[in-house]
Amino acid sequence: MWDYSDKVKEHFFNPKNAGAVVDANATGEVGSISCGDALRLTLKVDDATEVILEAGFQTFGCGSAIASSSVLTEIIKGMTLDEALKVTNQDIADQLEGLPPEKMHCSVMGREALQAAIANYRGEEWKDDHEEGALICKCFAIDAVMIEEMVWANKLRTVQDVTNFTKAGGGCAACHEDIEAILEKVLAEKGEKFNPNAAPVEAPVKIAAVKAPLTNLQRIKKIEQVLESLRPALMADGGDVELVEVIGNTAYVNMTGACNGCQMAAMTIAGIQQRLMEVMGEFIKVVPATEMAKLVSIGA
Amino acid sequence: MADIYLDNNATTRVDPAVVDVMIPYFLEQYGNPSSIHKFADGVARGLKQARQQVQALIGCEHDSEIIFTSCGTESNSTAILSAIKAQPNKKEIITTTVEHPAILSLCDYLEKEGYTIHRMPVDKAGRLNLNAFKNLLSDQVAIASVMWANNETGTIFPVAEMAELANAAGVMFHTDAVQAVGKIPMMLQDTKIDMLSLSGHKLHAPKGIGVLYLRRGTRYRPLLRGGHQERGRRAGTENSASIVGLGKACELALEFIEYENTKVKALRDRLEKGITEQIPHCFVTGDMNNRLPNTTDIAFEYIEGESILMLLNKAGIAASSGSACTSGSLEPSHVMRAMDIPYTAAHGTIRFSFSRYNTMSEVDEVLKVMPGIVATLRKLSPYWDGNGPVVDPEKAFAPAYS
Repeated sequence: MWDYSDKVKEHFFNPKNAGAVVDANATGEVGSISCGDALRLTLKVDDATEVILEAGFQTFGCGSAIASSSVLTEIIKGMTLDEALKVTNQDIADQLEGLPPEKMHCSVMGREALQAAIANYRGEEWKDDHEEGALICKCFAIDAVMIEEMVWANKLRTVQDVTNFTKAGGGCAACHEDIEAILEKVLAEKGEKFNPNAAPVEAPVKIAAVKAPLTNLQRIKKIEQVLESLRPALMADGGDVELVEVIGNTAYVNMTGACNGCQMAAMTIAGIQQRLMEVMGEFIKVVPATEMAKLVSIGA
Repeated sequence: MADIYLDNNATTRVDPAVVDVMIPYFLEQYGNPSSIHKFADGVARGLKQARQQVQALIGCEHDSEIIFTSCGTESNSTAILSAIKAQPNKKEIITTTVEHPAILSLCDYLEKEGYTIHRMPVDKAGRLNLNAFKNLLSDQVAIASVMWANNETGTIFPVAEMAELANAAGVMFHTDAVQAVGKIPMMLQDTKIDMLSLSGHKLHAPKGIGVLYLRRGTRYRPLLRGGHQERGRRAGTENSASIVGLGKACELALEFIEYENTKVKALRDRLEKGITEQIPHCFVTGDMNNRLPNTTDIAFEYIEGESILMLLNKAGIAASSGSACTSGSLEPSHVMRAMDIPYTAAHGTIRFSFSRYNTMSEVDEVLKVMPGIVATLRKLSPYWDGNGPVVDPEKAFAPAYS
C-alpha cells in the first residue's frame, strides 16, 4: 500500500465538505474515469465580493483523490476567486504533507477542478491542457507524454539527453530501459535509429571547455550562472534555490519554497551538483547550507 | 476481533509445521548438499523427500520431472525461453490476455525481439474460445502458455483439454498454475501438459521457492547454467530449507484439498452471497460456474477500489483490488478490461481470497462492515444520488478529459 501521510489519511477518513453545495453557482467537473479518478467541485460564490462562501466535492477515486478534494475545499473557502486561482497543485500537496509521486496527479486534478469551476462561474470556457501518460521516472514524477514531447521538441537522442532536459532518469536510474524504449519509438517515427552512444545534444546550459583551474571569484560567478539557468525548472515546481557560500569546491545552498522540506530535495541537490560539474568541468560538492552551521560549530 | 486476512491469492501465511521442518536446515544440516560430510549428509535425503511430496501433489510420474526454482516467475520465464531456444525456427507464441505479468511482460519483450504473440481474448465471464485456440495452433508456434486459474477472478481454464489440442498439433504446452496448485486436485501424468509453474508462497510455504514441472522427454534449455544442481537444469546452490519447507507444504495441501473444496468454499460462498444480497449495484466477476473454491472478485459500482481497501484495512480486513490506483498505473486491471467490465465497475473490484486458516466468524465480520464502507464512499461519489446511481450516470457526470 502507499505510504500516505497522516494528513492524507485524516482527510480521507474524515473528509471535509463532502457532497454537492446546495444552490451552488459554480461547478467544475474534471478527471478521467478510465484512470479511475474524477471530481465534481461545486461552489457558492458571493456575487458582490466574489468570495467563495461554500465549497463541496464529489469524488470517484482513491484515497489521495478524496483527500486532495477535501483539502482543496478547505483551502479555498473564504478566498476570493482571484485568490483561489493562485492556488497551485503544490499548495494542495503541501497541505496534505506530501503525496507519493504516482499520486501527484490527484492534486493536479484538484487545481483543475477549481479552475473549471471558476471559469464556469464567469461564463468562460475552460480548456484543459491535460495529457497524462504512464509514469516513467518515479523519482521526479515524469510521465511518458512529457518525455516524448521533450524528445521531439529538442531532438534528444540519448538517456542522458532526456535526463538533462527533463530530470527523468536522474535519480535511481531504474527507468532507463523505459526511457530508451521511448527514444527508440520517437526516433523510429522520425526515421532515425536509437544509438546509445550518440553525442549529447547541447544541454540548456552550455558546457564549458575545461581550462585552467578557476579562481574562487570565477567559480562563484559560474555557480550563480548555472543556478540561474536551473531556476525556471525549480520555480515551475514551486521551489527555488539560493547560493549561501562557496568554500573551496563546496557550494552551500538553501532550498526554498516548495523545495524546502520536499522529499525530493536531496535528489534535486544531486541534480544541481551534476549540472555544476558538467558545466564547470571540475568536482563540485553541493551541500545544504544547514550543514555549514554544523561545520562551523565543529571547527569552533 | 483479530485482523482478518483475505488476500491469500497474493500470498499466504507459512504453516507452522512448514517452519518446523525448515529450522534444522538453517542450524544443523546447513552443509552444501554437494559436500561429503556430516553437515550435508541429511540434505540430499531432505531434497529427495521434498521432490516426492511435490510429485504427489501434482500427480506427475517421475520425481526427476520436478525442478526447484526461486519462484513462479522464474519457472514461467524458464519455460517460455526454453521452448524458443530449443526450437529457434518457431517464431510464434500463444497466450491469453489475462495471464499474470510474469507471462505478459515477457511476451511483450519477446514481441520486440521479433516474435509474433497471439494473446487470446476472453468473453465477459472470462472464458476462452477453444476453437480460436485450435485455429492458432501451427508448426510455427513454439509454445502455448495458458494459466490454469486466474489470480483475480479464480476462473479456471480447460488446460488439460488445451494441452491435448496443442500436443496433437505438435506444440509445446505450458501452464502457469501458481493459483491452482493445492486448491484443485491435479494428476499431470494423465495430461499432455509439458511444463507447469508453481510457487511455494501461494500454498503456505515460504516466499522465494518455486517449481518448474518438466515432463520427461520435453526438449529443454536451462535458463541458469553452471553447477550440476537439479541435474544441470537449474544451476545454483539449492535453497535446501525452502525446498524442504515446500515439500511439507505440498504434503499438507494434499491433505487439505478436500477441505479446501468444501469448508473453504463454503466460506467464500457465504461471503459472496451475503455481499451481493445486502449491497445493491455490485456483481461477481469471472466464470461463476468454474472457479477456484477460495476466490471471489466483486465489482462495487460507482466507487473506487483503493478507497474501499483503505476503509477495509481500517476495519482490520485485508483484501486486494483491480483498480488502477492500487498499482499506480493508468488503467484498471488488464483482467477486468479483457472481460469488458465498464470503468465505473472495474475500478471498484475487490478480491477476497480465502485459505484454510479463515473462519465463518471472520466472514460474518466482513459482512457486518462491508455495507457501511460501500455506502460511505457512494455518498462521496458523483455517480451516486441518495439511494441509487444518478439517472444515466455516464451522461450525468462527464468530466473534462475523460
